[in-house]
Amino acid sequence: MSSIANRRPVSLRLVLAGFLIFWLLLAAFPFLWTFWGSFKVEGDFFSRADWRNALLGTLTELETGATFTGQGYFGAWVQEEFWRAALNTLIVTVSVVCISLTFGTLGGYALSRSPYPYAFWLLIIALVFRAMPPITLVSGYLLPFFEWNLWGHLPTTIIVLVAINQPFTLWMLTSIFRNIPKDLDESAMVDGCSRFQAFRHVIIPVMWPGVITTGLFSFLLAYNDFAVTSMLLSADNLTMVPKLESFLGTTQTRGNVMFAVAAVVSVTLPLFVLVMFFQRQIVSGLTAGAVKG
Amino acid sequence: MRHRTFFWFFLPTASAMLLFIAFPIVSVLIQSVHAPHEQVIVEVENCGPFGCTRSSIVDQAATRALREAEPLGRFVGMDIYFNRAHLAVNEIGALWRSSPDLGTFINRVMRLPFYGALGFTLTYTALVTPLSIMLGFVIALSVNALPRVLRGPTIFFSLLPMIVTPLVGGLILFWMIDSRGVLGAFFQYLAGDPNLSVKASTPLMWAMLIVYGIWSSAPFAFVVYYAGLQTVPQDTLESAMIDGATRWQRIRYVMLPHLLPLTTFMALIKLMDNFRVFEPIISFQASAHAQSLSYFIYSDLGGETRLLSSAAATSVLTILGIVILLSPVLVRTWRNFGKT
Repeated sequence: MSSIANRRPVSLRLVLAGFLIFWLLLAAFPFLWTFWGSFKVEGDFFSRADWRNALLGTLTELETGATFTGQGYFGAWVQEEFWRAALNTLIVTVSVVCISLTFGTLGGYALSRSPYPYAFWLLIIALVFRAMPPITLVSGYLLPFFEWNLWGHLPTTIIVLVAINQPFTLWMLTSIFRNIPKDLDESAMVDGCSRFQAFRHVIIPVMWPGVITTGLFSFLLAYNDFAVTSMLLSADNLTMVPKLESFLGTTQTRGNVMFAVAAVVSVTLPLFVLVMFFQRQIVSGLTAGAVKG
Repeated sequence: MRHRTFFWFFLPTASAMLLFIAFPIVSVLIQSVHAPHEQVIVEVENCGPFGCTRSSIVDQAATRALREAEPLGRFVGMDIYFNRAHLAVNEIGALWRSSPDLGTFINRVMRLPFYGALGFTLTYTALVTPLSIMLGFVIALSVNALPRVLRGPTIFFSLLPMIVTPLVGGLILFWMIDSRGVLGAFFQYLAGDPNLSVKASTPLMWAMLIVYGIWSSAPFAFVVYYAGLQTVPQDTLESAMIDGATRWQRIRYVMLPHLLPLTTFMALIKLMDNFRVFEPIISFQASAHAQSLSYFIYSDLGGETRLLSSAAATSVLTILGIVILLSPVLVRTWRNFGKT
């Protein structure tokens, strides 16, 4: 890769490096700052008097006797029962990922193997569905869900998130299955397998890398959703993100802002870990549709 | 694959999308032409020592019974679309007649709730989409110049603003930019104005939301362009060099044309995503200064009185907006499909 075309003069290298350092600060600093600040009291987190307080924890030491405090986390997780929301999030995300991958692999496989024009138009319809803002759909759900007593329960939210997830999952998985050679399942069918048996015994064993990538994005969609979960779940069933928003509503009393800060850090940490382990899959997933399409 | 097999394979996903995407669209359409029943008024006669008076009161029980019997309400046609909270046809007419010039007219129209939300949504989409793509491209170029060892960690940190929950990302920035936060205090110091506050100023709030939008969507453009840059043909770059092309000309005439398909793809995705801008407005508590169409629907749906019909009408208008936004792509697909 040492092509002459890739050589750059020193000045250009410096400019690019400087720009990159600026961008990295922009991208990472807010997270580090909030993480550090979540172990302080409100007076330090919003250190109006002197910004160094936020780093040194001057007021935190005055109020609690140490420069770090877990008060925010205690308040959020124990006092306000954030663990309940975390449990709900776990249930919702795991179910959404499993169900949408099951539906999506079947549908995506069918789309990738169908030579007829309707497969193409189904994908275009899925693209249009993908463009709908979820909140517009939510306003269509509310009245029927109230009438049929479906509102407020986790299963309802799960199936709604699965449906909203389907267009994207279909697009992704169709392009993944197109990369698996047709000869593979067709030779199995020549040997006497039915279509489903060919899928079950030949395609499923080789599809996992692509399916895991798609699953990551399904997880992110379910985990990050606010519009659907905040409107369709009752107050005692909330997942983490809408629960966090409800902290914001009650921040008037002193110290409650720190609950929200602790909750924000708690919501972000799993995503950090996810990116750390699956960075390669996320990058390949983001580019899969783009580079080939 | 035979039609029958296709049908069974596609059934689960099709039924999920039909039930929870296609039907809700129909449900929204129906709801937007209905309004809740009006209160039932009964006339009663009160007789006292000074004679009898007739007065109208609301029959609560009858109202409740009627509303429960027909939760959809009564048919009102296009009334909701044309009322003040949506297209505001009468108000616009009045404003048009009373405004001295076009500028004042536009200013006043923007104060109507629906047009305000539409204006912000379009501004946000029109600014964030190209700016984030450009920023992403520059980041991709700089990362491409890095030694291989440093690329991994750089990509890791660059992904964070995109991966993180939008509501959470917005909050993290908002707390820093708050007048008591570290960046807020820094800006006050820079401007020399101790009362400077993003929360209090509409232009600053718009700028902040747009900065948030660029911050959170640049990583996507970066990753896509970074992958695209790996596929730029080296031979073409070298022959361009031999022909005397400068660095800028190589970017302009070799790289950019190569990356054009990626750019249209990304612009399409980003247009769809930016048009639904929603969470940052909650995080920044910006609803007093900027409302998007999604937020407008959300605030109708939430709260004590769920204004379902009003939200439905806004939803239909938003969906129309999306269709108009996507129409060039759809028309092009249609034409290309006809050719092949």
